[in-house]
Amino acid sequence: MAFPHRPDAPELPDFSMLKRLARDQLIYLLEQLPGKKDLFIEADLMSPLDRIANVSILKQHEVDKLYKVESKPAVSSSEQLCFLVRPRIKNMRYIANLVNADKLAGRTRKYKVIFSPQKFYACEMVLEEEGIYGDVSCDEWAFSLLPLDVDLLSMELPEFFRDYFLEGDQRWINTVAQALHLLSTLYGPFPNCYGIGRCAKMSYELWRKLEDEEDGETKGRRPEIGHIFLLDRDMDFVTALCSQVVYEGLVDDTFRIKCGSVDFGPEVTSSDKSLKVLLNAEDKVFNEIRNEHFSNVFGFLSQKARNLQAQYDRRRGMDIKQMKNFVSQELKGLKQEHRLLSLHIGACESIMKKKTKQDFQELIKTEHALLEGFNIRESTSYIEEHIDRQVSPIESLRLMCLLSITENGLIPKDYRSLKTQYLQSYGPEHLLTFSNLRRAGLLTEQAPGDTLTAVESKVSKLVTDKAAGKITDAFSSLAKRSNFRAISKKLNLIPRVDGEYDLKVPRDMAYVFSGAYVPLSCRIIEQVLERRSWQGLDEVVRLLNCSELAFTDMTREDKASSESLRLILVVFLGGCTFSEISALRFLGREKGYRFIFLTTAVTNSARLMEAMSEVKA
Amino acid sequence: MDCYTANWNPLGDSAFYRKYELYSMDWDLKEELRDCLVAAAPYGGPIALLRNPWRKEKAASVRPVLEIYSASGMPLASLLWKSGPVVSLGWSAEEELLCVQEDGVVLVYGLHGDFRRHFSMGNEVLQNRVLDARIFHTEFGSGVAILTGAHRFTLSANVGDLKLRRMPEVPGLQSAPSCWTTLCQDRVAHILLAVGPDLYLLDHAACSSVTPPGLAPGVSSFLQMAVSFTYRHLALFTDTGYIWMGTTSLKEKLCEFNCNIRAPPKQMVWCSRPRSKERAVVVAWERRLMVVGDAPESIQYKQLTIQVLLDRLVLRRLYPLAIQICEYLRLPEVQGVSRILAHWACYKVQQKDVSDEDVARAINQKLGDTPGVSYSDIAARAYGCGRTELAIKLLEYEPRSGEQVPLLLKMKRSKLALSKAIESGDTDLVFTVLLHLKNELNRGDFFMTLRNQPMALSLYRQFCKYQELETLKDLYNQDDNHQELGSFHIRASYAAEERIEGRVAALQTAADAFYKAKNEFAAKATEDQMRLLRLQRRLEDELGGRFLDLSLHDTVTTLILGGHNKRAEQLARDFRIPDKRLWWLKLTALADLEDWEELEKFSKSKKSPIGYLPFVEICMKQHNKYEAKKYTSRVGPEQKVKALLLVGDVAQAADVAIEHRNEAELSLVLSHCTGATDGATADKIQRARAQAQKK
Repeated sequence: MAFPHRPDAPELPDFSMLKRLARDQLIYLLEQLPGKKDLFIEADLMSPLDRIANVSILKQHEVDKLYKVESKPAVSSSEQLCFLVRPRIKNMRYIANLVNADKLAGRTRKYKVIFSPQKFYACEMVLEEEGIYGDVSCDEWAFSLLPLDVDLLSMELPEFFRDYFLEGDQRWINTVAQALHLLSTLYGPFPNCYGIGRCAKMSYELWRKLEDEEDGETKGRRPEIGHIFLLDRDMDFVTALCSQVVYEGLVDDTFRIKCGSVDFGPEVTSSDKSLKVLLNAEDKVFNEIRNEHFSNVFGFLSQKARNLQAQYDRRRGMDIKQMKNFVSQELKGLKQEHRLLSLHIGACESIMKKKTKQDFQELIKTEHALLEGFNIRESTSYIEEHIDRQVSPIESLRLMCLLSITENGLIPKDYRSLKTQYLQSYGPEHLLTFSNLRRAGLLTEQAPGDTLTAVESKVSKLVTDKAAGKITDAFSSLAKRSNFRAISKKLNLIPRVDGEYDLKVPRDMAYVFSGAYVPLSCRIIEQVLERRSWQGLDEVVRLLNCSELAFTDMTREDKASSESLRLILVVFLGGCTFSEISALRFLGREKGYRFIFLTTAVTNSARLMEAMSEVKA
Repeated sequence: MDCYTANWNPLGDSAFYRKYELYSMDWDLKEELRDCLVAAAPYGGPIALLRNPWRKEKAASVRPVLEIYSASGMPLASLLWKSGPVVSLGWSAEEELLCVQEDGVVLVYGLHGDFRRHFSMGNEVLQNRVLDARIFHTEFGSGVAILTGAHRFTLSANVGDLKLRRMPEVPGLQSAPSCWTTLCQDRVAHILLAVGPDLYLLDHAACSSVTPPGLAPGVSSFLQMAVSFTYRHLALFTDTGYIWMGTTSLKEKLCEFNCNIRAPPKQMVWCSRPRSKERAVVVAWERRLMVVGDAPESIQYKQLTIQVLLDRLVLRRLYPLAIQICEYLRLPEVQGVSRILAHWACYKVQQKDVSDEDVARAINQKLGDTPGVSYSDIAARAYGCGRTELAIKLLEYEPRSGEQVPLLLKMKRSKLALSKAIESGDTDLVFTVLLHLKNELNRGDFFMTLRNQPMALSLYRQFCKYQELETLKDLYNQDDNHQELGSFHIRASYAAEERIEGRVAALQTAADAFYKAKNEFAAKATEDQMRLLRLQRRLEDELGGRFLDLSLHDTVTTLILGGHNKRAEQLARDFRIPDKRLWWLKLTALADLEDWEELEKFSKSKKSPIGYLPFVEICMKQHNKYEAKKYTSRVGPEQKVKALLLVGDVAQAADVAIEHRNEAELSLVLSHCTGATDGATADKIQRARAQAQKK
């Protein structure tokens, strides 16, 4: 269990510096408004803020009361109001309402808006339109990288996915570039850069520009991280749409991990209280099971419980002195372990209960059939039944998308009938959801005949990056064909297995999906790292309909130690799943790499679907 | 061997002085300097002479001449003065010549006599005329102070950023002060003036009377005052021939001296050698010069930095010399050579006789990709000279596309600016240009421009979604994007409208749009939704309860749960609910009601399109094993094992599996053999397996 790293595996850089930087900057901003003040925090920022500065730190810097920015206005009596928000127009309206109400009441206060991670011109414009631009002072808290774990940095920007991949809004790309720039200033330049996807390319170019403008700062530094890999989420939707079966992913799917911690309800804690638990490498029990296939976890935990009991039992034969020693030195550690063990055992039980109820085996079987491309008819009926029974709107949608992407779109008859069934079950407003899914290329209709394919492949060759912006929506949705089957064959994503796949001793990354499927995103990363280029992957790149990039700076590479050349930063634009993280951690152990993950947000299939769903206003 | 001390003369008991000519002036003055207004720039800068100022004895028709010389008297410019009478001349820190006219207008000229701009010191000055004026230097620029005919002061501390300040009145001031000067303390400009035996300090807010510490008694008027270049020291000359020297703050006296000359001096200035700690005042009369000094100064100043020196050379267009100095001093390119080349380029674009192509090429050849050179700055200069085309050519060399945008906007090349902004990847910049375009173009053209720029279009759409919904609709209309227009109206049907009629109308518009978009599916779905809404409204009226905004499925379920089976069936027919769904729906609803009798009747109404396993499942969900068992016999052979396991009949499940000779089924049953009584069943299965293998 919990395979150790190879002895030559490189050490991870210390990312706690990022937290300190963010904290210092926030304190500086708060001090800019001297004296007592009330702080209004946007709900989305609360958890990230909590990881950076707790309430007592805020109080030290004269924050009096804390309010949540929500739809109803809060009543604050403070003379100074400070707003900590994401740069969203609806927040500007909220602030404007508050300030204008004060004006009406003839009240003057000081207002400060702190935008995180940056402010946008559109927001300032709204403040101006609402007539309060002169009344508030604006600042930026450039807090864009939150270290959730020793190897996981999150930008905590879930809206990146919808904004870019659905609405075509590129404003967050600059934020990504800034974050990369920050990393290279702190941890040295990256000698090797690879990427795939339009967003990856744009982020890379914008980031390069930033580096060039501040030339010289990183020039002399030794690189700490040898490779950076940028990846667009839309080049691999399949992986993100699959049910997760690795423990950490399964916990995320079942309980939702939020900003690195999870709320375990009474059914897990076996008390009447919920418990917020931080899930990271510091939780020794969790750290050993997080990357394991769920089928191994229960056995492991019960073995662990038996060992623990044995440790406790040692007390029996002890004399007083030994007992004293035991109490002062070991007991606390044992108790801590005991607590964690019972929590995770509780979580496992709860997961099992839920999964049996919804016939998880049947579901996984259908998913595997879709991935491998057999029994399509049967899978389609399964999905239909799912919808008819109103099992879960998000689950049904996810399966439809998985079917669409693996099959290069639904055949027209199924496309219509599944959508009709869905609307009847879950409500007509989802007509808009379908329109979104189509635009994002997640749920499409198969193009009739092969003639179009010929046109498309011509088009896709013509589509250089600059021109890509010019093709219309309709055209680009044509270009968004997934070609999953062909890619899967080329990259050997479905491992041929003789007999049972031993999930206890995984042999490849497919173990994160019970041995049925190697995550596409991770396979691409593996292949490019092996070749140190995209050579030989032209066909795959063409099928992905993406443009790739690779860049090696030899002068920098020469300066890099052999250890740093085995440290790889993977940037997921649009989110990554815990399954992908587990798969790459496995790859790292196999090949002596260490991966560091940077994602716009941790995601899973439900979050992807929710981002695309339209709910009634 | 020369005697070095030969030309030194004794001065008092312990000091000696000598006099020698540093260099001779090259100029050839036709008139005496006393008849001219003279202004010499600091740091050995140029000298300006305005000959023949408006002296009464000369005929008014003779135009005066403005001449500019270098510090060594080399002529730099000469021009006929065509404007109004000038009261005072002075050089700004940037070596611009400020000519203060009697009417308060200040004309600004360059080193080479080129007219730059003019500004006025305000209405009050215009009305009361300028009596006296001073140009002074502060750490943030050069200022102008004016004494008007009404004996009021107006000043601007920085002519680069003109903000006029009218100073408060001096109480009881009837005539011009005997002398005055500007001071600069704590970054604020003040005026010190002498009226009879009194000294007043004027700041923005107040006029206060001040007294220098240790001033000798018997003073009835101050004839001259002088402030040191750094504004730290002040010297006062009184009608008793007494000189007081101290700090400008008037808190400390440095020394005093009585020269016994009561005639007013022509000039009094502070002077000192560079790096010297000695500070001294030089007082000049018609035929006498006096040096009075003592003050030890602890702080040294090195005012003229290398950067300023380079600026001065650049201003004199001595580019090669400046570059040589940079190279000699090994200054970093950005601070040195690049900057000078950029200045050269800015000069180059002013050469009107050279074609745009040639200028652009020449500049690019010389500058190439030199770091620190901003092509957009040079282009801005070209545009300033009215050469828009040249400016655009120069902008092409600017590698940072974001930098090109502001100037392009200024030149009204907004569409080009938009492409450049998009290229830069800076969405804020794109947004700025968009707002420009929106104001500049009519709506149709604006939309057309957006249409060709999808990145900008997405950005603007996002903004409209939250802030300008109507514009969003217009955008889709313009593009004939009926699909999005349909979605727009559907959203509107949820957000804006409360009444059913309004919602249905919005949906109708949406359906029409979908037809236009040839999206028949969406159009039909929307029409179904309209029907459903109307019907739900009717159901609420007739039956009470909540129906509005339920899905079709939930509407039918609600009807069944409410016992309105007929209505439910009617609805299912009207909306063509497929049989399979209807069976699932009814089954679930009846089980929820625990109406087992009705359920059984329903199961027998015709052959179930979903089979009978669901019946077993749903009954078990309601924990009714008794009812569940009723249906196991009707479950088809393929699902029989599963059904039997569901109701907990492991033994029979085993029999069926054995009969089927199905290995998967056998292991499924085996995995259910957990109870104490299942031992026999497990054995049975193992035996069957063994038998199967034998065969």
